Amino acid sequence: MSHLVSIDNVDMRYGGADGTLAVSGLTMRVDKGEFSAVVGPSGCGKSTLMKLVTGLHIPQAGVVVVAGAQVTKPVSIVGMAFRNPTMLPWRTTLENILLPLEIVERHRHRLRANKKEYVEKAEHLLETVGLKGFGQKFPWQLSGGMQQRANLCRALIHEPDLLMLDEPFGALDAFTREELWCVIRDLHAAQGVTIVLVTHDLREAVFLADKIFVMSARPGRILKEHHVPFARPRDLDIMYHSDFNDMVHELHGEIAKARVVA
Amino acid sequence: MTSVTETPVATLPKKPLSARINWVRAAPFLYTLALFVLWEGLVLALDMPPTILPSPTRVFQAIVQYWSPIWKNSLQTLYTTTVGFAIAVVAGLAIGLFIGWSKTIYAGLYPLMIGFNAIPKVALVPILVIWFGIGTVPAVLTAFLISFFPIVVNVATGLATIEPETEDVLRALGARKMDIMLKVGIPRSMPYFFGSLKIAITLAFVGSVVSETVASNYGLGNMMSSAQSQFNVPLVFAGLLMLAVEGIVMYALMAWLERRMTGWAHRSTMAQ
Repeated sequence: MSHLVSIDNVDMRYGGADGTLAVSGLTMRVDKGEFSAVVGPSGCGKSTLMKLVTGLHIPQAGVVVVAGAQVTKPVSIVGMAFRNPTMLPWRTTLENILLPLEIVERHRHRLRANKKEYVEKAEHLLETVGLKGFGQKFPWQLSGGMQQRANLCRALIHEPDLLMLDEPFGALDAFTREELWCVIRDLHAAQGVTIVLVTHDLREAVFLADKIFVMSARPGRILKEHHVPFARPRDLDIMYHSDFNDMVHELHGEIAKARVVA
Repeated sequence: MTSVTETPVATLPKKPLSARINWVRAAPFLYTLALFVLWEGLVLALDMPPTILPSPTRVFQAIVQYWSPIWKNSLQTLYTTTVGFAIAVVAGLAIGLFIGWSKTIYAGLYPLMIGFNAIPKVALVPILVIWFGIGTVPAVLTAFLISFFPIVVNVATGLATIEPETEDVLRALGARKMDIMLKVGIPRSMPYFFGSLKIAITLAFVGSVVSETVASNYGLGNMMSSAQSQFNVPLVFAGLLMLAVEGIVMYALMAWLERRMTGWAHRSTMAQ
């Protein structure tokens, strides 16, 4: 079975029987090692999707399977990063990155004895995202873009099979965002991690992903699945090619239509 | 920024005195002094008798004259206040963590706490006297009862306002409630806790003095009420002054502790 994530006909309703139906009849599959992006009009249940896959919410109907097992409780093979970096201000950046290791079962008992090994790993990750030597700084001493880099390190430190990103670059300026696109592109290429990126930015989705899911307005379901044909490794320049722009244009049209229907 | 203009030190004119004084640092002392001067002036101008409003010089005179009882009673008040405050810190921290632990406990206990806090503590002193007799114990307990509420509320608030994203990130990793509390909740509520100590310590003085005034043979509260019954108004004011001094010292101690323990919460950005 090559699907790392498979979601079948899932309904998720908040707040009891008459609550809002966030997603309905949601079906999607993500292969191992793949980079997928989820785009859609605002309020279409993208964050619900994140919570379903990570096991923070259990659906009322349908099945979510991650790594061959049905999700009934939080799955610890997932790393998450949100728009808000949520670094803990009383810990240094390095200590923040090591935080997941203090939680995940498989690492928490080894952490004290193998501290050195883990610190080296964290420092290596920091270097990969371009934050070499910033580990001893407190997160509030870093800029927004640097905090988001550190946030990516924290999401990756426990070597998750699946990385769920919820608009991680939404709060950054255009240039920092492009820099981080390249960081995440290189991380994906180097580590072979499966990534699901929820985003509003269509250029970001086309630039990074292999597969793009377009969601409908609430209750969310997958309207269309696109395969992004551009060869890897991709350079930022491809964003100025007409093929690229055509694809962004097409996605834009689909989402605009989905909004009107809602 | 890197180009520092060289200024020959020798040619620098000696700055006038007013420019060499750090006015911000000097301000608390100058303003206090100004208050006393104003007070003295008012008493002189209106020709107030010392039994109504004694002048500051008269009050300081009383402090010197009655130094021995003032000193003993000040220590007694400081003692009851700090013991009551210490109990409030321990109990407030514990109850705050307990309340912040779950939404149900928070919802259930919060109205009770507010109701309890609305009761004037002076009304509780007679009950404490029935239970424990007059003296030190009711004063300690009143100081405790009046000062633990802000601590509880602040600690509980710190716990209740954990960002949902942080909680999601940790829960997705398999964190238990206890993990989230230890790693995020408790460190996060510490600035609120240390901030509340400043409020609590001043309230604790109110509690202990109220109790000493009503039901004790010791302490500044008792000293002031007996001085008042003898129309020794300068001594009453001397007691008030001592209380103010103790309050300021303890507040400064708490503020120092707050900065020491939770420096990260009073951060400045990298740019500065």
